Amino acid sequence: MEPTALDIRNLRVYYGDFLAIKDVNLSIPRHQITAIIGPSGVGKSTLLRALNRMNELVPGCRTEGEILFDGMNIYDPRVDPVEVRRRIGMVFQKPNPFPKSIYENIAWGLRINGFRGNRAQMDEVVEQALRAAALWDEVKDKLHQSGLSLSGGQQQRLCLARVIALQPEVILLDEPASALDPIATLKIEELMRELKKDYTIVIVTHNMQQAARVSDYTAMMMLTGEGERSGTVIEFDRTKIIFTNPRDKRTEDYVTGRFG
Amino acid sequence: MTRKTLDQQLRELKDKLLILGNQVEHALVESAEAFWKRDLEAARRVIQADQEINDRRFALEALTIGLIATQQPVASDLRFLAAVLEITGELERIGDYAKGIALINLRVGDRLDPPVPEELVWMAHKAADMLHRALEAFLRGDAEAARAIPKNDDEVDALYLRIYWDLMGRVIQDPSAIERVNWLLWASHNLERAADRVTNICERTVYAVTGEMAEMDISWDELEMNGEREEMLRGRSPF
Repeated sequence: MEPTALDIRNLRVYYGDFLAIKDVNLSIPRHQITAIIGPSGVGKSTLLRALNRMNELVPGCRTEGEILFDGMNIYDPRVDPVEVRRRIGMVFQKPNPFPKSIYENIAWGLRINGFRGNRAQMDEVVEQALRAAALWDEVKDKLHQSGLSLSGGQQQRLCLARVIALQPEVILLDEPASALDPIATLKIEELMRELKKDYTIVIVTHNMQQAARVSDYTAMMMLTGEGERSGTVIEFDRTKIIFTNPRDKRTEDYVTGRFG
Repeated sequence: MTRKTLDQQLRELKDKLLILGNQVEHALVESAEAFWKRDLEAARRVIQADQEINDRRFALEALTIGLIATQQPVASDLRFLAAVLEITGELERIGDYAKGIALINLRVGDRLDPPVPEELVWMAHKAADMLHRALEAFLRGDAEAARAIPKNDDEVDALYLRIYWDLMGRVIQDPSAIERVNWLLWASHNLERAADRVTNICERTVYAVTGEMAEMDISWDELEMNGEREEMLRGRSPF
């Protein structure tokens, strides 16, 4: 097993009185792709958003337990959530570029995060981010057109470039390809395989074939507990094991499509 | 969420595998009995039926590959289908062994002396019985039953050795019998190999059910490679 990037310990997330996910203990391996799979409403996105304190933006949401990142609990009151979200970036289900130029989509986030370089240095960082997101060749001649003029797949890669520009260590992807066509989906998947050299990646997906194709490790979530209302991770293993010989009967039923 | 289409096609696949298996069992027994009775008509039937066995095997493979391509099976479904691909290959080879015995039957001419030993028919029945139980265990998903079957391979091997030493004795008495004896040994050897292939089917069953890949016993070939086969033969030698 690879070194750990994120160490999740006894994680519980409440929405008001409702315990959405409970007792998650998981070590996310560094520079690997980890997929979170499971039925709808099981708390996959809630778990993902807990990894960079994004849940705090939801009113009434409360988190217990620890997530150790670089030996430090990201929920420690002394930790700045904005800094957490820079180091652990996120890409969402629907591409959400700012209504600005392709160039500004990346430059703006950099400036907000205190980028102090000159124009030439900014150009350099923007190009690098777009190259890392495999978008440069498609947009280099129209950097000042609106980000919204791009196709869905390109917009999603632009959002990825925006995250990459901030030099995070972890990238969280919440159903990044569910709004994309099959070719754009494969491009994003190939890109993920490229990016894992430099980043730890965690992806939530409803598409089990996608999880099987793209990830190194898979975490299977299922509702458990009283009235089966709270989600938890019931099995975590190498993806190859999860899809050839899972240990838990519930995982077997889910991946073979015989759940529910 | 259910997999109605996949489940229905898996059932169809199981039925077809059972039909192929029955046909191969039948070919084994019929080829040996025909040889023992020197029934050349029956031998021709076995040879003809082998073409059908081959066709069925290809049809099963095509069905399996089609299922993999269109249904994206994983976990136990995938292990089952991977096992089907292996097992249909083993069945086809066992069918070839039966055909081989039928061809020998046709080739040896009218007068065969020494006669075909009765043990050869027993071997065929034992191997066919093992095959029957192995396929049942596979289709039931019964790894325990599959693990128990290869032990019966020893009985087939023991019969083979009996035939072998009996025929060796005859060659010593009458060296001119050597070619005819060789035909008989060849036929017996086919049955011994058929039983070995049943062991492979059992291994695949354990894999399909548990995901565990393990060799079940030391095969004859391995003994041969290690030079142990000669020792084993010598050890049991009545001379």
